[in-house]
This record gives sequence, C-alpha cells and structure tokens, in this order.
Amino acid sequence: MLDLDMGRYAAFVWPAWGLSAIVLAALAARAAHAARRWSAELKRLQDEPGTTESQP
Amino acid sequence: MFGLANPDRFLRFTRPLTPVLWAAAAVLLVVGTWFSFTAPEDYQQGDTVRIMFVHVPAASVGLMIYGALGVSSFFALVFRHPLADAAARAAALPGAAFTALALATGSLWGKPMWGAWWAWGDARLMSVLILFLFYIGYMALRASIDDEAKATRAAAVLGLVGLINLPIVKFSVDWWNTLHQPASLLRAEGPAMPAVYLTPLLIMMAAWGVLFLAIWLTAIRTEIVRRRVVSIRARRALEA
Repeated sequence: MLDLDMGRYAAFVWPAWGLSAIVLAALAARAAHAARRWSAELKRLQDEPGTTESQP
Repeated sequence: MFGLANPDRFLRFTRPLTPVLWAAAAVLLVVGTWFSFTAPEDYQQGDTVRIMFVHVPAASVGLMIYGALGVSSFFALVFRHPLADAAARAAALPGAAFTALALATGSLWGKPMWGAWWAWGDARLMSVLILFLFYIGYMALRASIDDEAKATRAAAVLGLVGLINLPIVKFSVDWWNTLHQPASLLRAEGPAMPAVYLTPLLIMMAAWGVLFLAIWLTAIRTEIVRRRVVSIRARRALEA
C-alpha cells in the first residue's frame, strides 16, 4: 500500500526527497538547455551567408 | 573504445542513445519512487528508512562519478584526448551535486536516528566531505584558468590525485570505527536487507545511475559542440 504519512519523521523524509527532486530536475534542465543553446549557435554560425565551412 | 574517441563518430553514435537514456531514467525514477513509498516502515528506523532510497543512490553514484572523472582525467593527461577532457569536465557538476545530496540527505537521516546532523570524527562523513571538496576544487581550478590547454592539464592532475580518496570513502567504514553503518549491499555474505527494501534501493540506484549517464552524455555532446563554436568564432575573428 502506498504510504505517504511520514508521521513524526515527515520533517526529515520530505526535505530529503524534495531536495533530491529539485537538484536532479535542475541538473537535467541545465544539461538540456545548454545542449539546445550550443546546437542552435553552431547551426547559426554554419548557416551564416558567405561562409563555406561546414566542419572545423 | 578508441574508435569512439573520434568526436564526430561519438556524436553520431550517441545521438540515438541519449533520448533512450533520458526515457529509461524517467521510468526507473517513477517505478523506484513507487516502491520506495509502498515499502513498509522499518521496525527500528520507521519512515526514515525512505531517506535511504535517495541517500544511498546519491552517495554511491556520486562516488562512481568521481571514478569516471578520474579515469577521463588520466586519458586527457596521457593521451591528450579532447573527448576525455570533455568527459571529465562534464562529470564534475553532476558529481558535486550528487555528493552534496548524499551529505544533505545523510544529515536529514542522522538527526532523527543518531541525534546529530553531523559527526566531525566520523571517517565516512569526512571522506565524503573531502570527495565533495575535490569536485568543487576541480571546477574552481578549471574556472580560474583562461587558457584551455593549461586548464585541461591542471584539472586532469587534480582529477587524478582525487582518485586516492575513492578507496578511503568506500572502506572508511571497515578501516575505522564509524558512526556510519558498514556496507549493506556489497559484502561477501550478500546484501544485508530484506527484499522489500532491497528492491526500491536497487531500482533507485539504477535510476540515479542512468540519469547521470543521460546528463553526462548530453553534457559531453554539448561540450564538443561548444568547442566547435569557439573554434569557428576564433577563425572568423582572424579572417575579419
């Protein structure tokens, strides 16, 4: 059975899980955001008119 | 292994792999969380046993990430391979974050169970704190040197030195009398816990491990792309 009543330990269990959730979500979001940002920048540079290079 | 060391091949090969890892991590996290909150309360620890299902993955994966950082540093230093340097660099932040979570969640368990947030004399707690400081030192060192070649070498040396700390963390509970309990999973007699706790623990360890791989792989790919952008910008600046 799902047990979400942490009783007298609620003040320790929920911060531990909450902190973990926040940190893991932040790491994932940061990695995904950086990936999008640098890929877009590379594409922009490669698509710039007057340039012939594709790969450095 | 060395065939993959070519950045182009690495990007091509890991492209389909990355979303699979993200999806697997998400599924494992949901399943592991479900098992974590359906497991019965421990007869001694009560509900605080559920802190273990985040604390142990954070600590064990945080330790393994340093192994990845150290080995990558070795290849970066000896073979001067840019991909190895990118891998070491990409491991540092998640490693520091996982280790910080291990310290924080351990503290949140220690207060109700030991009666103390922290124990300065405990070899396990201190060696994990040192592990965290190695991560922080590694990132600070990289950030403080502008010349990327110099930063790579200096960081790789520090990364390698930190490997010495890994067996100390792992075996601290055997070598010294620690308040921290000894190993319950990796021991000769087999895991020292019933299946109702072993199941959520192993699923959560797998979830955090796979999530790290997803983050790491994404960050290594990003680092390769970032370096291309930097080199194109530098060449354009010369041409202009």
